[in-house]
Amino acid sequence: MSEELEQLFQEKIDQDIKIEPKDWMPERYRKTLIRQMSQHAHSEIVGMLPEGNWITRAPSLRRKVALLAKVQDEAGHGLYLYSAVETLGADREDTIDDLHTGKAKYSSIFNYPTISWADIGAIGWLVDGAAIVNQVALQRTSYGPYARAMIRICKEESFHQRQGYEITMTLAKGSPEQKEMAQEALNRWWWPSLMMFGPPDDESPNTAQSIRWRVKRHTNDQLRQEFIDMTVPQAEYLGLTIPDPDLKWNEEKGMYDFGEIDWEEFWHVVKGNGPCNKDRIKARKAAKDNGEWVREAANAHAEKKRQQENKVA
Amino acid sequence: MSKSNEWPLWEVFIRSKQGLNHKHVGNLRATDAAMAIDNARDVYTRRQEGVSIWVVESVNVAASSPSESGALFEPANDKIYRHPTFYDIPDEIGHM
Ligand SMILES: [Fe+2]
Ligand SMILES: [Fe+2]
Repeated sequence: MSEELEQLFQEKIDQDIKIEPKDWMPERYRKTLIRQMSQHAHSEIVGMLPEGNWITRAPSLRRKVALLAKVQDEAGHGLYLYSAVETLGADREDTIDDLHTGKAKYSSIFNYPTISWADIGAIGWLVDGAAIVNQVALQRTSYGPYARAMIRICKEESFHQRQGYEITMTLAKGSPEQKEMAQEALNRWWWPSLMMFGPPDDESPNTAQSIRWRVKRHTNDQLRQEFIDMTVPQAEYLGLTIPDPDLKWNEEKGMYDFGEIDWEEFWHVVKGNGPCNKDRIKARKAAKDNGEWVREAANAHAEKKRQQENKVA
Repeated sequence: MSKSNEWPLWEVFIRSKQGLNHKHVGNLRATDAAMAIDNARDVYTRRQEGVSIWVVESVNVAASSPSESGALFEPANDKIYRHPTFYDIPDEIGHM
């Protein structure tokens, strides 16, 4: 029975028919999606923290309203994704608690600090840029609610990258000190941005299954390459240097060759030992704990209103 | 938050502009309808996506089940006479 169902399921996937919440799906498909989507949701939410750090110190009102709007978008992205995770039968509060206990991961890029304003430019340009490459591919993922969340998110993302590039461009075309700031931010964020696509294909054992299920449409290495090929000319335009001496255009392959990624650093950060891991979780837990009384009060208020309405009726 | 007092789930429908249907856009959690509308405004209409919002508590949505979809929808498959292309009209008549 279940083998037959699984075959029908795979046939649907092969025909690019979306899977919807009430449709039959293999338990492993459900689990894979819950893990990937909740990790994605957590990344949107934790991703607000490094940028939130600069809202009050943005250098102009124009920059401030843009950054505020961007961070608010990320909160929305988190909400779309938590909703989509719920359609798989995962409890929302449990999902959030899994982040706080460390059971669930989020993108390791958000464990790096934002030490100068130029980092805000680099994040928009590179981190949102990398996220867009990933999310554009996921608009065609096989699970309906996930695909729809991605379409909505992609529409909102493009301003994020543009505002980041504009910040970086303003600095790169500014005084020598400002240009230096932009270059240093690029130096700090380049390699972690490449790591956002995850471990290389020969070290990601789940990729083949995810591709077969069309949960993922491209491998980590394919997306990473796409991002590099897209971003190098953008850096050149700014007169900034990508911090990779091995970066070179490969005429034959029609793509850039690039240097070795420090995967030891990646795993070090993923395992919780990056510069900001503890702060990030602490901030998220504090947000939940300190907001508890507000949520309870809202419940009590709604209950009271319901009782009053019943009395009138 | 303890699970017993988790806020209920609401389905959100947005009319993108005057003259069009309200369309399902997603869902969110809120204690009551008024809060669901406020939250829907912030979550789903930050870029002038809407001029009107409906919210319905998700538990009140009745849905057909995928296992019934054959019985429900397949009978329409062979009723091609419900479509205009089923009928032959000479070209001279033009658009009809
Ligand atoms: Fe986002
Ligand atoms: Fe973004």
